[in-house]
Amino acid sequence: MILSKLAGRPVLLAVGLVAALALPWFVYPPVALDIACWALFAVAVDLLLGFTGLLSFGHAAFWGGSAYATGLIALHSGLPFPVAILGGAAFAALLALPIGFLSVRLRGIYFAMVTLAFAQMVYFVANQWRDVTGGENGLQGIPRELFGLDLSDPFYFYYAGIPFVLAGLFVAWRIVRSPFGCVLMSIRDNPARARALGYSVDRFKLLAFVLSAALSGLAGGLFAIGHGFASLQGVYWTTSGEAVMMVVLGGIGTLWGGVIGAALIVELNDYLATAGFQETGIITGGIFILVVLLFRRGVWGTARDLLAGRTARRRPAEPAREKAETPA
Amino acid sequence: MLQQAFNGLVGGAFYALLALGLAVIFGMLGVVNFAHGAFYMLGAFGSYVLLDSFGVNFWIALPLVPLVLGVVGVAVERLFIRRLAPLDPLYNFLFTFGLALILQDLVKRQYGVQSQPYPRPSALEGSIDLGLFTYPTYQVFVLAVSLVLCGAVWFVLARTRVGMIVRASTERPELTRALGIDVARWVTPVFGFGIALAGLAGVLAAPMRAVNPLMGADLIVTVFAVVVIGGLGSVFGSVAAGFAVGLVSALGNYYVPSLSQTLVFILMAVVLLWRPAGLFGREEVAL
Repeated sequence: MILSKLAGRPVLLAVGLVAALALPWFVYPPVALDIACWALFAVAVDLLLGFTGLLSFGHAAFWGGSAYATGLIALHSGLPFPVAILGGAAFAALLALPIGFLSVRLRGIYFAMVTLAFAQMVYFVANQWRDVTGGENGLQGIPRELFGLDLSDPFYFYYAGIPFVLAGLFVAWRIVRSPFGCVLMSIRDNPARARALGYSVDRFKLLAFVLSAALSGLAGGLFAIGHGFASLQGVYWTTSGEAVMMVVLGGIGTLWGGVIGAALIVELNDYLATAGFQETGIITGGIFILVVLLFRRGVWGTARDLLAGRTARRRPAEPAREKAETPA
Repeated sequence: MLQQAFNGLVGGAFYALLALGLAVIFGMLGVVNFAHGAFYMLGAFGSYVLLDSFGVNFWIALPLVPLVLGVVGVAVERLFIRRLAPLDPLYNFLFTFGLALILQDLVKRQYGVQSQPYPRPSALEGSIDLGLFTYPTYQVFVLAVSLVLCGAVWFVLARTRVGMIVRASTERPELTRALGIDVARWVTPVFGFGIALAGLAGVLAAPMRAVNPLMGADLIVTVFAVVVIGGLGSVFGSVAAGFAVGLVSALGNYYVPSLSQTLVFILMAVVLLWRPAGLFGREEVAL
């Protein structure tokens, strides 16, 4: 009852905001930034998967591609890091335009495979173009320049970076709550009917794809600045899969789900790495399989439905709201 | 130049075997098997472990490893894939992605990321004179095995009763069921067969390529591009595209080395622009 009543309400938003601001006090600050970046990335992926019905398995191209673009801008221009990050996001959006144009015409699994293959193209370019991307070494020593402020301490840098993540999350939330978002959901639920209503389905899908790529790029750029490097790992397909994993774990079609899924996976990976366990795929892959087999609504989705179900039983007069109508 | 083309065909043999397995699985189950590369890797590791720990040679591994993996595939289908079948096909795709991660990291944990050596079987050492040039015997063997297998699968599908049932249930499952054929009975063996093919490709790859836990992860995305080019679900298209992609990347490697790995994906983009369903795909698959 509490969750469903608060979902999307100011109280819940305030709790989220406080949690975001307090995070580096409770977890190791670099990990806190990782959580924030991956959360935005997962939400961007969910914008397509949960709200438009498109499973992109190639978003590493935008996350990692922006990491390179951001890193190159920061390394060679001496501009403050926010400019570099926004440049990276713009680069991701530009990159998404041709990829999206070719991919959105395809359905379901075809879309997933084609986006994956395009992302691999970006991976190979990043690998081959050594003069610019550093090949297997990646870009190293990316500066965090902000008008002479000392941001070398990860604790302070977290606070310099978090406004970008929050702004990105706000954009995602606005998109979902806008008329545009409603069109996307109608395309997800019934593309034929959306087309019959006069919406240019492919154009809406393409726009959603580009917006999602830009938000992924924002996250990837900040991640690169935060770590001071951009590597091939960022454009490899496992990165795309990891973002999808976070969305599914947290709950497809719920923006909070992406955030929670990201926090859980990043924390788990960090815990396993600290414990000296390198083959994290055994654990994360296992959890992922369990979620796919047994808890397809994910953590947030399950919690919300459980509580909503209890509400419905207690007060039968007020029906539980439809899942699609409350994309909290 | 001719030798490059031959290299391409040998590389294409692996693409064709993997794409063939993916295509029959997709056709019959509607599942895009992300774990296909992982089973290929398991095939290579299977033959490595058999030789290294038990002294079992290549000729025994060649049928044994695919058989075991085929049984594993049957178990996976029975236990998991079947449960997810009534849902959105994306869930099965995601399930096999998780499975791929687990298999890959399990092997990594056991054997590390270093490549393991696997010697060529003594009967296939050296090279043979093909008239225009001499070529390593083992590579010729790989190409021959692949061609024979693809031909055999084509023959079974096109000319036998089993093939007729499989084709019918791929294209019109409800109608096939209405004719009194138990479609569900064929799903499991087809999945196991596809996995066995991937395992066989892995055994064949062991003496030629580096045996390491990541060998499947790098290959699988290229194979996805291959089946997109050929037309997902089209058996002939997958095999033909497999060899074609092998040829194109080998020749590309010869003329423009820096582009060779990207060439497959450029080819895919061109094909998609021209025919969204792939070269041999049915138009209805693309909306």
